[in-house]
Amino acid sequence: MSVTIDSPRAPRRTGGVNWEKWGWLYMRVSGALLVVLIFGHLIVNLVVGEGVKAIDFAFVAGKYASPFWMIWDFAMLWLALIHGANGMRTLVNDYAANPTVNKVLKFALAGSTAVLLLLGTLVIFTFDPCPAGASADLLPSFCPVP
Amino acid sequence: MSIATPSAVETFTVTLIIRRFDPEIDTEPRWQDFDVEMLPTDRVLDALHKIKWEQDGSLTFRRSCAHGICGSDAMRINGRNRLACKTLIKDLDITQPIYVEAIKGLPLEKDLVVDMEPFFQSYREVQPFLIANSKPKEGKERAQSPEQRARYDDTTKCILCAACTSSCPVFWTDGQYFGPAAIVNAHRFIFDSRDESNVRLDVLADREGVWRCRTTFNCSEACPRGIQVTQAIAEVKQAILRGRGA
Repeated sequence: MSVTIDSPRAPRRTGGVNWEKWGWLYMRVSGALLVVLIFGHLIVNLVVGEGVKAIDFAFVAGKYASPFWMIWDFAMLWLALIHGANGMRTLVNDYAANPTVNKVLKFALAGSTAVLLLLGTLVIFTFDPCPAGASADLLPSFCPVP
Repeated sequence: MSIATPSAVETFTVTLIIRRFDPEIDTEPRWQDFDVEMLPTDRVLDALHKIKWEQDGSLTFRRSCAHGICGSDAMRINGRNRLACKTLIKDLDITQPIYVEAIKGLPLEKDLVVDMEPFFQSYREVQPFLIANSKPKEGKERAQSPEQRARYDDTTKCILCAACTSSCPVFWTDGQYFGPAAIVNAHRFIFDSRDESNVRLDVLADREGVWRCRTTFNCSEACPRGIQVTQAIAEVKQAILRGRGA
């Protein structure tokens, strides 16, 4: 019988998805994209044209009428929320040594992130400034009078 | 005829406040202060010697070579990880007391002595030795160009004093993290052109490996050998993403 071990002291990890690696990479890639997205968002909303004074319901409604801004805000929402949640997960791993507390916090984090992502996505893609059948005094002035 | 007599060397009194812990008496560490008469050329280690030899023989600390190469006397001096044998007292603010305590994150054994075993355990786990299964071509040596040697020169300087690892906030809170020193010593072989193993990349791609690093640069600031520790960790991250080292 051979007493030689084929690969002595082999690493503990064998196959499977390396979430730590992809999480780390996600933070870098999303961070770089968010710099462009957020500064673009701020410039368009606060600097260009009349600047901050131009922001009202009609301004937001106008932006959400364009597929370009829908995609822009959709990308910003998903990238930023997951970026933030992943950062919070790191904090939980740092400070919640108790495994139960750790699990509960991460579960709450994942749940709230999922709800916010779902709600945000719903708003971006179903936004209608002049819903049919709404009473006229609740609608903004630019809606066509029925 | 008069012979010039050397003027008396100026001395000064410094107060050291040392975090003491005797496991046979204390339940919690306590701070104790000592006044010592020092010369401008003295180091913190000399102050500790004076206290141990002249005031309180029970003061416990590690030191071996006392010249910054054995890595025995890393400790927290005024909140920063330093080698006591390389820290001149005159370089510190001597109008204030000098706080000296054991390095953080490793189990405290007595006074300034900690249990280094968890530190050496992660050092062993990165397999810090040349792994090469092939026979060297023509002759007995594995040839290496000066450029290939220069690639990992910085990380050969490590003296395993644990100043970097015990300055890392991730290591303080996460007892499983490999820590900067183990990654530095993995870097030394990952980027060695003669080494043929990818096993260290697999070990450090682990949950508790390089991805725990938050680039706070505490390790680079703490290293008494001036190793660019955070940069070495970043290079290992990139090597893992590429799937190979040198």
